Amino acid sequence: MPSPRYHREMPQRYRLEAAKCKKCGKSFFPPRLVCAACGSKGFDKTKLSETGTIVSYTIIRVAPADFATQVPYAIAIVESDNGVRLTTQVVDCKPEDLEIGKKVKFVFRKLYTEGQTGIICYGYKAVLV
Amino acid sequence: MREVVVIGCGMTKFGELWKKSLRDIFVEAALKAIDDAGVDHIDSMYVGAMTPGLFVGQEHISALMADYLGVAPIPAMRVESACCSSGMALRLGLFEISSGHSDVILVGGVEKMNDGADATFALATAADQEYEVYQGVTFPGLYALIARAHMHRYGTTREQLAAVSVKNHHNGAMNPNAQFQREVTLEQVMNATLVADPLTVLDSSPVSDGAACVVLTSVDFAKQLKVPLVKILGSGAATDTLALHSREDITALKAVKVSGEVAYKMAGVKPSDIDVAEVHDCFSIAEICVIEELGFTEKGKGGPFTEQGNTALEGKIPVNPSGGLKSKGHPVGATGIAQVVEVVEQLRGKAGTRQVKNAKIGLTQNMGGSGASSVTHIFQII
Ligand SMILES: [Zn+2]
Repeated sequence: MPSPRYHREMPQRYRLEAAKCKKCGKSFFPPRLVCAACGSKGFDKTKLSETGTIVSYTIIRVAPADFATQVPYAIAIVESDNGVRLTTQVVDCKPEDLEIGKKVKFVFRKLYTEGQTGIICYGYKAVLV
Repeated sequence: MREVVVIGCGMTKFGELWKKSLRDIFVEAALKAIDDAGVDHIDSMYVGAMTPGLFVGQEHISALMADYLGVAPIPAMRVESACCSSGMALRLGLFEISSGHSDVILVGGVEKMNDGADATFALATAADQEYEVYQGVTFPGLYALIARAHMHRYGTTREQLAAVSVKNHHNGAMNPNAQFQREVTLEQVMNATLVADPLTVLDSSPVSDGAACVVLTSVDFAKQLKVPLVKILGSGAATDTLALHSREDITALKAVKVSGEVAYKMAGVKPSDIDVAEVHDCFSIAEICVIEELGFTEKGKGGPFTEQGNTALEGKIPVNPSGGLKSKGHPVGATGIAQVVEVVEQLRGKAGTRQVKNAKIGLTQNMGGSGASSVTHIFQII
């Protein structure tokens, strides 16, 4: 991944920065320029809650090249406690430990090593609490 | 606005076409469609393709295909909307004829996925690159997330998912253009290698090469031709959030629902009027969700509805008589028009052993990504 593109997303990937609509109060991750709920364009900076709940999950067994050495790994859609959803790996657990409705917390981890340039890509993952 | 009819259709066999190139397969399908229509020229063309750039390193395929089809300098344009690229292309052909700008248009789709590219990576570019793919999500993974949530909320069973694949392989076994012309059993589907739990390789459409084309004209222009006319009654397209996680209900495919409602309204028909449907079964769970959103059954009932045989060839609403993406194959950019080819053959009564009896009104539904774009068309033999 070219480094400017990586660098731009760091506030979200490293610090879970999100945007909260000044008008209707809905939060978005990643931040947007236009509120998808009310169309307003004014936002306050906010942060995702560091805990959340599993909405759905799967175990990836066939992965693209960058993730091929990690299979099998768990992926979940998690709803953070302030109501914003994201997709994340769930780590440090066995596949059979996962269930819809289980609580997780977000942690900072290495995600993968970018193939051609060898950049180590970091971001959020989730662990069961 | 002029009324528009499909007057010709053609497709290549779908599968691993090692000996043919991207341009070869498109031209093969285009020549079949033009020959079937019996026209001596086309005024312009649209080519649906998801990502020939990633699959074979070739962009700008609109001009390439016009060149190799021998129709330059007519206008040609490529249309991209992931796996519903050619379904969306059909709308542009429809609008160009109904506006009166052109009389005869070729609309096609093509994809060459078996030329050595990382297909899992290429397909994943239809998802949110920064917030889904960056985390290691794959396309089977996204549909697996939908499947798990659907099973949890509605009690959909592993057997009901497998019933979709069993039914589609049964139909595909009768389709000479299908990639897999063989039946599979419930046990084979459920015990096949897991790709993304709970989905196995036999819940998933394959990686395919193939092309499909149709020729469109106006009802007036078609009067001079001696071919059966299949009228486009309705066309609807819609979008949803690109990232699956951004949807309030991840078991709902809102773009499919809206594209269907718009097409039904334009056509002046309701779901119970449809005699045959080709829908986007990229994974078994996708067909279950789509038949719910199109109103063939209630939300949450797609599993039992399928298991009870309602979507079989002789069922209440036959779905995917061609074998669907699962058995016929899914060269992503070609799929939307291949669905139209099947419905046209069904409405002409020329579908051989997989013919749906007395099919007069047909529907195609084609979607991109995890359902972020969808296009629905309704056809009638006149
Ligand atoms: Zn707002």
